[in-house]
Amino acid sequence: MAAAPDAWKPRNKALVWIEDRLPIFGFLREHTIEYYAPKNFNFMYFFGSLALLILVNQIITGIFLAMNFNPSAADAFASIQYIMRDVQWGWLIRYMHTTGASLFFVVVYLHMFRALMYGSHKQPRELLWVIGMLIYLALMAEAFMGYVLPWGQMSFWGAKVIISLFGAVPVIGNKLVEWIMGDFLPADATLNRFFALHVIALPLVLLLLVVLHLGALHTSGSNNPDGIEIKQHKGADGKPLDGIPFHPYYTVKDLVGVGFFLIIAAFIIFYQPTFFGLFLEHDNYIPANPLVTPAAIHPVWYFTPFYAMLRSIPSKGLGVLTLFSAIAVLFFLPWIDRSKVKSMRYRGAGYKIALAVFALTFIWLGKIGIGESTWIGDTYIARALTAVYFVFFLFLWAYTYFGWEKTKPVPERVTMHE
Amino acid sequence: MNKRIFAGAALLVLLSGQVLAQEGAATLYEAHVNLHDIASVQRGARVFFNYCAGCHSLEYMRYERISQDLGLSEKQVLDNFDFNGAKFGDHAISSMPAADATKWFGKAPPDLSLEVRTKGENWVYSYLKSFYLDPSRPVGWNNTVFPNASMPDPLWSLQGVQTAVYAAAKPGEDAKVEKLEINQPGLETPEQFDRTARDVTAFLTYVAEPNTYERERLGLWVLMYLVAFSLLAVFLKREYWKDIH
Amino acid sequence: MAHSNEIALQHPGGESGEVDHGRRRFLTVTTAVVGGAGVVAAALPFIKSWEPSARALAAGAPVTIDISKIESGQMVRFAWRSLPIFVVNRTKEQLADLPSLDPRLRDPHCKETSQQPAYCQNTWRSIKPEWLVMIGICTHLGCVPDYYGQIKPEPFDPHWKGGFFCPCHKSRYDVAGRVFQGVPAPLNMVIPPYHYIDDTHVRIGVNPKGAA
Repeated sequence: MAAAPDAWKPRNKALVWIEDRLPIFGFLREHTIEYYAPKNFNFMYFFGSLALLILVNQIITGIFLAMNFNPSAADAFASIQYIMRDVQWGWLIRYMHTTGASLFFVVVYLHMFRALMYGSHKQPRELLWVIGMLIYLALMAEAFMGYVLPWGQMSFWGAKVIISLFGAVPVIGNKLVEWIMGDFLPADATLNRFFALHVIALPLVLLLLVVLHLGALHTSGSNNPDGIEIKQHKGADGKPLDGIPFHPYYTVKDLVGVGFFLIIAAFIIFYQPTFFGLFLEHDNYIPANPLVTPAAIHPVWYFTPFYAMLRSIPSKGLGVLTLFSAIAVLFFLPWIDRSKVKSMRYRGAGYKIALAVFALTFIWLGKIGIGESTWIGDTYIARALTAVYFVFFLFLWAYTYFGWEKTKPVPERVTMHE
Repeated sequence: MNKRIFAGAALLVLLSGQVLAQEGAATLYEAHVNLHDIASVQRGARVFFNYCAGCHSLEYMRYERISQDLGLSEKQVLDNFDFNGAKFGDHAISSMPAADATKWFGKAPPDLSLEVRTKGENWVYSYLKSFYLDPSRPVGWNNTVFPNASMPDPLWSLQGVQTAVYAAAKPGEDAKVEKLEINQPGLETPEQFDRTARDVTAFLTYVAEPNTYERERLGLWVLMYLVAFSLLAVFLKREYWKDIH
Repeated sequence: MAHSNEIALQHPGGESGEVDHGRRRFLTVTTAVVGGAGVVAAALPFIKSWEPSARALAAGAPVTIDISKIESGQMVRFAWRSLPIFVVNRTKEQLADLPSLDPRLRDPHCKETSQQPAYCQNTWRSIKPEWLVMIGICTHLGCVPDYYGQIKPEPFDPHWKGGFFCPCHKSRYDVAGRVFQGVPAPLNMVIPPYHYIDDTHVRIGVNPKGAA
């Protein structure tokens, strides 16, 4: 290790006074200037810091939306229109929140995919991956409950369908569904408790998990596109030879990522806020009506891959089991994939092809999940894709367990691609 | 290389869905609404309040906001659009009691504040153009875009009265409407009426999202700022990364 | 290329060994300033969102009240922007007593211009002498004072000439809303902008034509 953190003192006397009582500046220093990250991060490494940026955006815009939103079945829908039309700049704050929600998932999916590309979930970062998966779960719950709040048709029926999933639990299923809703259908009580969870409980959970995620990251250190542990090659000063201080090098680099990301986000917010009906769905501009189901009922796009699996399976219990398994299996990925080589750059062709097929399967399932379900062919395609989804994990295990994979030699030191 | 394969395949999946999606939808006319043609939106407002607002409310739209956004004075708005004696700051609520409406039409006419957000511009435009006489319906009218709509044609005096030309019915099926013909001319020529329908659609598009003007104006500045900021960030990054080899 | 960065960090600037510190500082400061300006600009909509919404503004629009039913000596309350508007049809006696109270008041000549429009800066603090139109909120801590219109000794003032008494902290005002000395309230009660549409109708929230 470098000099112990307590050896370092701020220059300013007032800051020293604080530092002696609470070593906050030393802590910040330890996790920015003295945190050594591999110097070969590429484009795929922007998404972690972007996810953090979006989290901050969601919290700030969310706080301001909560000031004008009215969480009751009678007034929720109208209060959204009140925000959009009567509150000064309310439309901007809401569009920042809705666009942020969808972009959160875009960024998180890319972040997860990056982990699979370079083996960031593998030993010694298994716990980092598991905490990340917990963040993903909490984020799904947060997003789902947030989507219920406007109390439009999609809110209502989305809530009804997703809560009904819990009805598949043996014995207590129906009671459980009633308990979650606090009524016999999504109603005032449901909206109120979802609001409380959405604005207080789940954000606290998310923040805690993010802190743990960063803590785990800074313990094992960042992985990199070569999948090499930079801590194995340290210089005389004890710093990793292939590492560079996170600040200033990656703060300025992430600033570039932030700039380009904000250009895309601003373009959506200002010129395509519904994103062609994907981020804000057309039917959600009809107030919730418990007597009429919209023609095409589906959750928002980021849930549709799992929803397509559910819909394709001709059994309620089995469908729900499939849906939850599809998420649960991701938790075990670090142990399913037994390859010693992390990065796909040096892994066998089988891994690259399987990963590509897996990613496309996920996207295609999402596409089917969001579409009109009238074409029977989609059901069969979705069934096949669901099978492919699970076969990926089976294949990955067999491929690495039986030593079928032909890996390439991993270099000792990281490589730079300009 | 891998990236290119991913991108290509992803595109393929997206396109395949697009093609399928288009096949199912009913054919609609293109509305070609231009919100920046303020005169068109103003004309649409006039037609809306004269022909539609008797039954349909704009529950979330204030007269005052219309005046601000469309550059009309308080007097112009109140004289031309407000026939209920509502105040300038009030929402544009129809004067028809919901109970009567339910009795006359089977259900209360829906609020149209968000109609374009739910159905889209092209749907509203096409709907306005697609009424025809149908004695089998309770109100005597039908619509090819929204079959069995329980609403009479509000603009028949402008468009004229349309009747349906049916295709030869297949055995066991009802005859399908092949096309609509104007049977009794209205005050406007078909070209003029297209413009009127487009104006009304433009007004309802504006009403569905009155922040559009402000949003698009501001967006340009925000984007210009972000481009400048990103360029600076690129220079800054390059400067610092000169250290790294 | 790949194996040489250990030198780089000890010698920022890399192989040439030189960093253009001026350029680096300039870019850092410029980016920080531009970024900071962006953050400030982004904060503005959030600050603005706390201002009264269109709904509040519409609810706070001018109101027209009918004063024809108010008898002499009587007070009626109306609401404007959810504020209590006191309208008093003052008697000749009440008006006659007003100048005599001047020595006992904090601001008898209404010097504090924020408390009434210029067209009401007169003895009666009104457009027409007999008609008082006033926001009935005590200038101490915002309670609504009670109207004690009769000219008779009251428990709180043996020389009472009619006026307003605040039950919260015992502030007293005369029948023109002028505050007495020796009470907690600092200022005269506020006269809103208003004008007469005709003899019996007053529009509250709008100045008379020509008045600022």
